[in-house]
Amino acid sequence: MTTTVPAGAAAPAPPEPSPPAPPRRRPARGAGNGGLFVLPFLTLFGLFLVWPVVQGLWMSLTDASLTLRETRFVGFANYAEAFGDPDVWSSLGNTFFFTAISSVPLVLIALAMALLVHSGLAGQWVWRLAYFAPYLLPVTVVTLIWTWLYQPDLGFGNQLLGALGMEPVGWLSDESVAMWSVAALTVWWTVGFNFLLYLAALQSLPATYDEAAALDGAGAWRRLWSVTLPQLRRTTALVAMLQVLASLKVFDQIYILTKGGPNGSTRPILEYVYDVGFTGYRLGYASAVSYVFFAIVIVVSVAQLRLFRQED
Amino acid sequence: MSATATAVRPRRRPRHREAGSPLLLGHGRLPRLLTGTALTVLAALWLLPFLWAVLTSLQSEQDVSSSGLSPVKGALTFAAYRQILERGNVPAWAFNSLLVAGLVTLITVAVSTLAAYGFSRGTFRGRRALLAVTVAAIMVPPQLLVVPLFDQMLMFGMVDTYAAIILPQVVAPMMVFILKRFFDGIPRELEDAARIDGASETRVFLSVVLPLSRPIVSAVAIFVFIGAWNNFLWPFVVTNDPGLMTLPVGLATVKDAYGIQYAQSMASALLAALPLIVVFLVFQRRIVASVATTGLGGS
Repeated sequence: MTTTVPAGAAAPAPPEPSPPAPPRRRPARGAGNGGLFVLPFLTLFGLFLVWPVVQGLWMSLTDASLTLRETRFVGFANYAEAFGDPDVWSSLGNTFFFTAISSVPLVLIALAMALLVHSGLAGQWVWRLAYFAPYLLPVTVVTLIWTWLYQPDLGFGNQLLGALGMEPVGWLSDESVAMWSVAALTVWWTVGFNFLLYLAALQSLPATYDEAAALDGAGAWRRLWSVTLPQLRRTTALVAMLQVLASLKVFDQIYILTKGGPNGSTRPILEYVYDVGFTGYRLGYASAVSYVFFAIVIVVSVAQLRLFRQED
Repeated sequence: MSATATAVRPRRRPRHREAGSPLLLGHGRLPRLLTGTALTVLAALWLLPFLWAVLTSLQSEQDVSSSGLSPVKGALTFAAYRQILERGNVPAWAFNSLLVAGLVTLITVAVSTLAAYGFSRGTFRGRRALLAVTVAAIMVPPQLLVVPLFDQMLMFGMVDTYAAIILPQVVAPMMVFILKRFFDGIPRELEDAARIDGASETRVFLSVVLPLSRPIVSAVAIFVFIGAWNNFLWPFVVTNDPGLMTLPVGLATVKDAYGIQYAQSMASALLAALPLIVVFLVFQRRIVASVATTGLGGS
């Protein structure tokens, strides 16, 4: 549960190479052939990951509630209800809309930032700090700052519009604007991680191709388009994939910023799960909705894997 | 224009050119000016919200609530910071965050390095199957676990305890995977030498493998710490007692209470952000490098 963004990175990871040939001499038998080393992790893993995953699946088939300890097996009733629940569909729609409008700038701006920083102008650490620093902030801090910027009367956004002689905008109160405001906050907050991924990739590219192209008379733009960007294709696939998965899982900033409002226009699917489970006390139904969502995440991951593999 | 300028590699290597990095727009004066301008404009955009928060936190509440585009409307004062530190739970929350993030990091790193070593060098039965399950678990979105985990904590009677906040966070299959890949790359000859000298597996791990893995272990520690410090949903769900809350959770619960007191909420936001900014400034190079070494970057 610690890092949210890198989760799911195993998907694009290459398959494990077959283990090297066994050593001629069997290693000493200390620590039970390694089994004891793995034991503490496996205990915690079983208790706090495998158990809840299985338990959640079981709960989704019951009418488990936060208030009653007795539960009844209800089969797929929760799932049937979820498919007919307009709130599930609308919060899924919000989730996909957010994913669409946040992922594209989060990939493109990160790429632009990395290319600019990699251009080698002085002051590297200043740029790195400026672009990455927001990623270090706890979600509450980010939303506190942006609640203030989006404040209707005194906030920077509307003060600026006022100074330019324009009408104030209901950043968080206008149904058609609120999700865009959330996306802007998210881009500012998290672009730094993608920026670092791109920067690390750029720094590990061999300079030889670029230099060869330069010797052949290719201009800077031409080298960018024909040499650098194609070499970044796999990184872009990885960044886009991680980003889509991260965006689909949006919850924290929206919950604190708008509580899903105005009028449910920013409520993502995970907030619906939270509302149903912890405000409505229906743990069974909440579990069913989260497993529907998990299934969608898996489908999206597989689809992305296919897509990028074809491009290769 | 820049094409001809860059086609011929400059004889005099410009100072700004770092280790083999190709200049995006070429080496001429105009391209450098454009690159510099773009970098500065983006950096300004990204720093502006910080600047606004800092300036807001340094004013009195009355000055903050008077209108005007200028961020500074009256004399600068540390009153908001004093108020936060004197009353309210912010110091207690900061302590909780430090304790939770520190312990999560310590336990995660200890448990994950051990497991990664066991998976990398172990010969026990079921090793490959267990490793496969661990890797598959990386796909599970943590949010999926919140409802059943909470149910589990109710059953254990652990709601509103440090253990409940910490324990579920120490399971990090991703970190085990990253560490295992690193250990796989360490040549075994070094360990075999120690084994021939009669060192136990534990000794080999502690005195040969761990010292060789310092960069990756510290990278993992930094990412786990940032993640734990910033984690919101789980601590939010499992704590009701304000005395147990971490900073992100505590600040979220009082956001509405602070309501109109923007100077104070900005001051508390910045206090909560400070430790991580310091961590980043100290470990900057290592963080950037670690993205590459963890295999997340690169191809």
